[in-house]
This record gives sequence, C-alpha cells and structure tokens, in this order.
Amino acid sequence: MELLSGADMLIRSLQDEGIEYIYGYPGGAALHIYDALFRQDKVKHILVRHEQAAVHMADGYARATGKPGTVLVTSGPGATNTITGIATAFMDSIPMVVLCGQVASHLIGEDAFQETDMIGVSRPVVKHNLSVRHPEEIPEVIRKAYYIASTGRPGPVVVDIPKDMTTPNERYEYAYPKKVKLRSYNPAIRGHAGQIKKAVDMLLAARRPVIYAGGGVILGKASDQLTELVRLLGYPITNTLMGIGCYPASDKQHLGWLGMHGTYESNMAMHHSDLILAVGARFDDRVTNATEKFCPGARIIHIDIDPASISKTIDADVPIVGPVDAVLKEMLALVRESKEKPDSDALSSWWKQIEEWRAFHGMRYETNDDVIKPQEVIEMLCKLTNGDAFVATDVGQHQMFAAQYYKFDKPNRWINSGGLGTMGFGLPAAMGIKLTHPDDEVLCITGEGSIQMNIQELSTCKQYNLPVKIINLNNQALGMVKQWQDMNYESRHSQSYMESLPDFIKLAESYGHKGVRIEKKADLEAKLKEVLAMKDDLVFVDIYVDRFEHVYPMQVARGSMKDMWLSKTERV
Amino acid sequence: MRRIISVLLENEPGALSRVVGLFSQRNYNIETLTVAPTEDETLSRLTVTTTGSDKVIEQITKQLNKLIEVVKLVDLTEGAHIERELMLVKLKATGSQRAEIKRTVDIFRGQIVDVTSSVYTVQLAGDSEKLDGFIQAVGTAGVLEVVRSGVSGIARGEKVLSL
Repeated sequence: MELLSGADMLIRSLQDEGIEYIYGYPGGAALHIYDALFRQDKVKHILVRHEQAAVHMADGYARATGKPGTVLVTSGPGATNTITGIATAFMDSIPMVVLCGQVASHLIGEDAFQETDMIGVSRPVVKHNLSVRHPEEIPEVIRKAYYIASTGRPGPVVVDIPKDMTTPNERYEYAYPKKVKLRSYNPAIRGHAGQIKKAVDMLLAARRPVIYAGGGVILGKASDQLTELVRLLGYPITNTLMGIGCYPASDKQHLGWLGMHGTYESNMAMHHSDLILAVGARFDDRVTNATEKFCPGARIIHIDIDPASISKTIDADVPIVGPVDAVLKEMLALVRESKEKPDSDALSSWWKQIEEWRAFHGMRYETNDDVIKPQEVIEMLCKLTNGDAFVATDVGQHQMFAAQYYKFDKPNRWINSGGLGTMGFGLPAAMGIKLTHPDDEVLCITGEGSIQMNIQELSTCKQYNLPVKIINLNNQALGMVKQWQDMNYESRHSQSYMESLPDFIKLAESYGHKGVRIEKKADLEAKLKEVLAMKDDLVFVDIYVDRFEHVYPMQVARGSMKDMWLSKTERV
Repeated sequence: MRRIISVLLENEPGALSRVVGLFSQRNYNIETLTVAPTEDETLSRLTVTTTGSDKVIEQITKQLNKLIEVVKLVDLTEGAHIERELMLVKLKATGSQRAEIKRTVDIFRGQIVDVTSSVYTVQLAGDSEKLDGFIQAVGTAGVLEVVRSGVSGIARGEKVLSL
C-alpha cells in the first residue's frame, strides 16, 4: 500500500473522487495542502480574489453541471469569508464540499492566530460538517463529505482540517474507500407505492389541476420525467424561481413562474385550483403569500426528498417522500395503465379560464422611444442568444426581470440565489459555469449595486480567460429596495440611491477587459450583437435603463396568491 | 402541548451542539435536556422536553431526524411511558422545621442525603410534577438551592428505542 502524507492523501482523495476543479485561496493553515496541490496536475485550482467568490464559483459549477463543487480555503478569515457562499448553497440545496484549513490541533481553543471555530460558525448553514482528528481518517472523511453533499437533499458540507493533519513528513497508508457507511443517514430511494397510487387517482379525478414544480426537479435530474407527465396529462404547469427550466418555458402548457413576482396566470391558476401537485418545491413564503389564505379550494400532493419540507408551511393531503425522478417515473407508469382519464370537459373549461387570465396580463409593460426598459434588454438578449445561454444573476430587480423575460427551455441554465438572495453571487457563479462550458454563452445579468459586491473577480477572469458577458442593468439605484420604498414608504429612498458610481467601462478596461456602454434605445440591438460577437473577450456592458421601473406583477403583502399589483396603479 | 422526545445520538464531539443549535436556530423551545452515553458506548441517549403545537412537534422530529448524527428518535408522549427526574434540594432546617421536613420527605419518598446543624440536603426522584409538588409542600421560603437533572424517559412495556 502507498504511503502518503495527510496533504497528499487529501489531494489524492479529490482525484479519486473525480474532482476536476477546486476554487480557493491559500493561507497559513492550508499551505501543506497547497504544496500537495502544486505537485500534481489532475486537480486544477482556480485562485479567486475573495473566498466568498470561490464558493459562488463552486456553486455555479454545481448548478450548471449537477456535480458537487469544491472549495479550499485557509483557517480564520479565509473560512469565515466563505460563510455567505455556504449559506447561499444551503438555502438552494446545492451540493458542495468546502475544505477549510484550521490551526494545529494543539492550538485549538487558545485563540491562536487565524483561529475560528469553523465547525461552530458554519453549523447552522451546512448540511453537515466534519473535522479531521487523525491524518489516517482523511480519505474516509472526504468520501463521506461528498457522499453526504450529493445524496438525498443535497447541500454544502464543511471539512475542517487542522494543520498538523497535513504535515508533509508523516506518512500513512492510503486507500480511498469505495463505500460509505453511515448508520444514521439513509436517504429515501423511492416513494411509498400506496401514496403514489393515491396521488395518481387524485390527479386523474381533478377538475382544475395545477402542477407546481420546484428546484428539486432540477437537482433531482427529473425534468424529462416531469415534462413527460405534464404532457401526458395535458395539465397546466407553473414552477418556482428555482425551478425555472425544469419544463420548457416556450411550451403552451407552461404558465410561467409563480409567487411574489410570478405571472398573473400562474398565481390565478394556483389560487383557483382544486388540486396542486407539488414536485420538489417547498412552499416558500415568496410563493405562498399569506399561508392562511393559500389556495383555499386545493388539495395538495407533495413530493419531496426531504420529509421536513412536507407540511412545513402548507399541509399536504398526500405526502410522498422520495427522489422526484423515481416517484414521477412510477406515477407515469400508473397514469398510462389507468383506465381513468382526466375529465376532458372540465380540463378544457379550466384551460379556457387560464387562457383568459394569460390574455389579460401577458407580462405587458409600458415602453417608449426615449428610455431603455430593463425588460426590453432581457427580451433582446433572449432573442439574440436563442434562449440558450447560461444566465447567472445577482439579486434584485434585474434578477426578477431576467427570470420573467428570458425564456428557458432547458434545466441548469438559470442560475440564481433564490433562497438566500445573495447580492454578489452572479459574477463568480457565471465564472464557475464558463470554466466548464467554454463554448456556451454565459451571461451575468446584474445591477450596479450587486456587481460591486464581488467585482474584484474581474481579475480572476483575466487570469483564467473567462469571457463571460456582464450585463449591467444600470438604474443608478438599489432598484428593488427603491421599489419597496416607493410602494411602502411613500418614496422615502433611504440609502437606496447610489452616488458616485464608478466608470464601469474604464474599470473593466483596467482589469484588461472590454467595456461597452449603451444609453440609447436605438443602439440596443446592434450593440448587444456586437458584444455577443466578441467571443473571446469578457465584456462589461453598462446599460442605462429606466430608473423608475418597477417589477410587476407583485403580490400584495399578506394577501392570497391572487392579490397582485399588475402595474403602479392597477391592483387585482 | 408538552412532549418528551428521546433520541439516540452518535456519541461524537459536536453532536450535542448540533441538536441544541437546531432548537435555537428554528426557534423551538427546550424545557429540559439530559444526555449521557448508553450501554453501547458509540451511542448517547438524549431526552429533550419541549412544548409546541402538533405542527411544531412534527417539524422538530423531522428536523432532528435530518441531523446526520441522530440515529433514531421517538416521541415518548405518543404512548405510555415513564418519566423521571432527579432533584437535589438544600433546605433550611432548624428547630421544629427539622421534623416537619423529615415528614414531608418521607411522604414524597425522598431521602435526606446530607445533614448539618442548619441544613438538610434532600434527594428526590419522580416525574416533574412530583418534584414541583415537593417544593410547594416545603414552601419556597426554606429552599436554599435546587438542582434538577431534567427529564429522562422510557416507553412502557415491550417497546424499546435501540438500533
């Protein structure tokens, strides 16, 4: 058997786990590991400019590929800088392993230089965390970390590695375990057959059904099964912000996404339905609005891999715990076998009603020749990229506009921080995608507020040649904050106005990139085409958009799903 | 409603902090908490008493089950069960009080485990209500110090919580 040091075992374990990229930043407690990294060439390391960005990069990679991302940082500030990124991944159930250096074991608890209790600090925002207590444990700990991160409901796992665990001159026998034994962790591998049967009977008997799909469909790689079931039944489907792409947006059975800024027809259909089939969605407060007013006439079937997501906010009539792909597959088989068919009269009058709702609003917005509307930018981008780009966003109005007006037909292409709402997520996430999808168009749609939260990564983009396109919807304000202040605080714009913005073009150029400014509507299409033709360059596109635009529809606070503002003056 | 949740937990560093952390992160109550290793040294048995609606209790058990180190758990209050708590209490005991306290201790089937000229230390086991009852009976004025272990519980009959 091979004898390796702890640091070499760690890197070998990553190789044996099939890890291609790790994103990180070196420092004292991680230096043995960085040295081991230097002496091999299988695992490639991407040096970021701030640890938070390393986590978002790993996250973007994970969301686009479905594989767990990997981060390596040092102890203390290196580790604590990852927390926002870890929390982002935790809220959206993204598989990820974060390897953190730690001060040597004998110093732990002594307030040593760059010591932080990372196990304690990260505990509320991880699926699990592990610390290495003996170098020999390293292969097993690494195997466990990836296993836990990527099975069941995925999530981030932190591994804390004291420096003396990786000492170069102490060597141990290395063998990478094939299997993980965890007596207390057994994620469900299929749903309960009786419950599935009951659910199918209810589905086929429904008169006003809606399928409500979430990010779990994408994480569970179940888009195909879902699409097949929806088409077979002929039922309307809506999805959450996290579920965008799980069903083709251009299909006529798709109602758009639902919730606070969802489409009118989605929210109306949900509210008036008699049966909701929730698939890998968690009835988040940005979806349900006031829970006591939620969909009064609907019975609910809820499929989720995580039992704790079922009946957490909204009670399910038929709970099904299991992986969505396996459960949907069984449902499909039962629907095909069943002699019962959906009531076609009821279904056609339900569709007629939905089409009326769709025609009533239709995601309209006011436009004129003087000013560029943010919605127009997104629609133009969607047209110019054939709806086929990877789109990473930050958080705010631009994120909602991108989600509303870019039509995604495929899963894993819409990449955003849905649960935590992390500004600064977009650029590093886009970088993580571009690195592994060099031939695909990768857009980072952002705002002048969000982009400045991780703008230092322009430097990383230069180092690794990551020609993402940054689309800055510049309204010179923290748009969503301002919108809430307009609506709820009589337009008192407390701290939502950004004075002294940098010249983004010069800034991009100073990092060695290109910059393009678009101020006139007449230039929009031509300039965006030019930008998209610059395949090998990172282009920072600074677009001056309407400073006063709001995102609509917007659900009325504490109302039901159907209570919405449709424009600044129109409330239903 | 008050519930007693009994948990088999991996006997590992950090496992307990995850359980306690979960309660504070998710805004659940902990009324009492006891924990000690079992006959199988790889496992700890943890008993937590909490209050909440059925919905909250359901979430607590589901969230606890999600913790990797939680091997098994049971809500003892769902069936017949025995609960016990140990209390050590120091009482002011001078003059005629001494006999009166002794009588009360006997009624509650407790024991006086330490004696000085002015203080009795009493040991008492039972369910939480019995311990409350004892304090009430001797009167809070004479109570110098109270230490309670928190509730431990076990199901009645054949039912066992084990691997």
